Amino acid sequence: MKTTQILIAGFGGQGILFSGKFLAYKGLVEELQVSWLPSYGPEMRGGTANCNVILSDDPVGSPIITTPDVLIAMNLPSLQKYVDSVAPGGQIYIDSSLIDLKIERTDVEVFYIPATQMAKEEGIATLANMIIVGHLLENHPELSFDGAEAVVESLVPAKKAALKELNMKALSLGKNYKK
Amino acid sequence: MAERILMKGNEAIAEAAIRAGCRHYFGYPITPQTEIAAYMAKKMPKIGGVFLQAESEIASINMVYGASAAGMRVMTSSSSPGISLKTEGLSYIAGSDIPALVVNVQRGGPGLGGIQPSQSDYFQATKGGGHGDYRMIVLAPASVQEMASLTIKGFDLADKYRMTSMILADGTIGQMMEPISFEDVEINSYEKPWALTGTECKRKHNVVNSLYLKPEELEKKNFERFEKYAEIEKNEAMWEEYMMDDAEICVVAFGIASRVAKNAVVAARNEGIKVGLIRPITLWPFPTAAFEAAAEKVNSFISVELSMGQMIDDVKLATKCKKPVSLCNRAGGMIPSPDEILESIRNAKKGVL
Amino acid sequence: MAVVFEKPKSLTDAPFHYCPGCPHGIIHRLVAEVIDELGIEGKAIGVAPVGCAVMAYDYFACDMIEAAHGRAPAVATGIKRCRPDNVVFTYQGDGDLASIGMAETVHSAARNENITVIFVNNAIYGMTGGQMAPTSLPGQVTQTSPYGRDVNHCGWPIRVSEMLATLEGPEYVARVAVNNVKNVKNAKKAIKKAFENQINGKGFSLVEVVSACPTNWGMTPKAALEWVESDMLPFYPIGVYKDRSAEEGK
Repeated sequence: MKTTQILIAGFGGQGILFSGKFLAYKGLVEELQVSWLPSYGPEMRGGTANCNVILSDDPVGSPIITTPDVLIAMNLPSLQKYVDSVAPGGQIYIDSSLIDLKIERTDVEVFYIPATQMAKEEGIATLANMIIVGHLLENHPELSFDGAEAVVESLVPAKKAALKELNMKALSLGKNYKK
Repeated sequence: MAERILMKGNEAIAEAAIRAGCRHYFGYPITPQTEIAAYMAKKMPKIGGVFLQAESEIASINMVYGASAAGMRVMTSSSSPGISLKTEGLSYIAGSDIPALVVNVQRGGPGLGGIQPSQSDYFQATKGGGHGDYRMIVLAPASVQEMASLTIKGFDLADKYRMTSMILADGTIGQMMEPISFEDVEINSYEKPWALTGTECKRKHNVVNSLYLKPEELEKKNFERFEKYAEIEKNEAMWEEYMMDDAEICVVAFGIASRVAKNAVVAARNEGIKVGLIRPITLWPFPTAAFEAAAEKVNSFISVELSMGQMIDDVKLATKCKKPVSLCNRAGGMIPSPDEILESIRNAKKGVL
Repeated sequence: MAVVFEKPKSLTDAPFHYCPGCPHGIIHRLVAEVIDELGIEGKAIGVAPVGCAVMAYDYFACDMIEAAHGRAPAVATGIKRCRPDNVVFTYQGDGDLASIGMAETVHSAARNENITVIFVNNAIYGMTGGQMAPTSLPGQVTQTSPYGRDVNHCGWPIRVSEMLATLEGPEYVARVAVNNVKNVKNAKKAIKKAFENQINGKGFSLVEVVSACPTNWGMTPKAALEWVESDMLPFYPIGVYKDRSAEEGK
């Protein structure tokens, strides 16, 4: 039995909920039990946003994450708020172009990815989130990179078909990122 | 098995309602249930149904009253402050003995309160809410799948007993996504000879009404209605038991609280504490039989609620206070962590040692 | 023997509970005659209000529903949206329609809901025993305005027809009276038009019927009808305030 609790946090507009949806759908495709719980309310419009994704071999109990196995921090306040809650042995993914802070904890694995900078350079400024998710997939065999395209396809509305390719590009950038 | 898709709880309610044959929805926007209205607004015009945004919650429940009287499967949805406004209509629907489905995706109160999840409308839902002697069937989903299945069940019970079924959900279950599969549901159809269809000059006129100026008549109506309620209490209670077989402590929780409580029960079992969970699925009728049985074997109960403690009264009544009942609660939009519940379980354990 | 006068088929045999001299009986009869003449008794569904006409469901022979106070237009909306081929009407007083139910009234008009609204304005709450209504005249003495309606204290009466006529939504808004034979005949014409509009799919049609309340006005029936002419109608003039089809030459 394996359960992975992923907390994604950042500003509204960074695609926090979307990247959570991608992971939840990916989990669904991999025939895992999944839950996706967004923060909701006024913060949806520009403030902080976060999203809880649980992927498990067993039915998901509480969808609310108090001790994440994985934290994706897309801004400094989110990192500061959640860094101590990450389970020992867990992972923290940091958008290092937006967050200039080194993690002191030694019991977690930390990935510093200059995702926003990379996204800007590639002309996909709004897809820093998916760069980080791409890197996460590479580290999580239970999700794997295979089949990501079909998931993106199901999430991007037909009207915005061009976004499919850009999302895939972002995922690949993340997958291939080396420090 | 049908295909699993990811869906928000609120959307699951809307989709299930459509699959249950509901073609008329009247509502008014309020967080955190607005996805239901949005889904209906998108879907209904494409399937020959009606979505109408009313000018208020009061108007929308009265549109439901009219549509139900016209013989249709009809629903409305809202969140706590909006449900308060709808209680007028709920009382009239009860007094007129017509079916309706009403969804309350609860948020913290009282007053305008907040928009985060809550279970503090338990009293309002299970004890009436509006004026007069009446009941509603109250169904408490704990997953997105149940948001759908209990919506379908709710329509059926509403038609069967000619009364309101309320889906008492909360902001978490409404907003979260989980995999869900829609099995083909068999929809029972119920004759509605009382419905307003026009007499076609072939029968005496139908009257849908809750006014009885002669107290003898009104009393008789109330007694008849409560005979029906007694039938429902006998036949329709639903609950889930989890690790109750050898339990010495019984955690009681519904909806989102039961999900958190399950985590805590598992954690406590890992510490060797014999604890189980009873999750009421119908809040009215309250699953009294489950508690009567549990009271014979456990040492104590813990009611876990997102309120200042409302269901705890029903737990005490159902167990006839045979065993102590403690409260583990958060309020105002806060949710207890599994650790908080675990601590309550440990305390209960100490109490019985 | 030739029948020269009979009860409309659309009224039941239940005796009216209304006070002596109350024009509700006349207005009920006008509505019933119109339903008979249009041959819609089998299709009509009526919505009764809270107020003196609360038991209208006993008097009209078509299918009927009793609404909560002020909510009749919302209830009618629910029915009509489910059964567009039926003919749905509300019958409401001034407290019901213009006070507690003003939102439902205005919004059903704004939506051009295809229903017929019969609005009986007698400038007082009758059923509860003569309190000030939203349409009570300035200076009018009632149980809750014992020194006369002071507009500086409790505001001005509302001219519903004029107000609704400012909306784009409604098809037809007219004010009539039932204080003399000529006015009664004209009232019936307006009511008939309001039902025909619905049958023809034209939309929201409201007929405001200026009525009287001898009991709560503290007058004889005859004096009450005279007061309608001398005091009510100058403030609430008879007329057609909106008739979209006529304006558009359709």
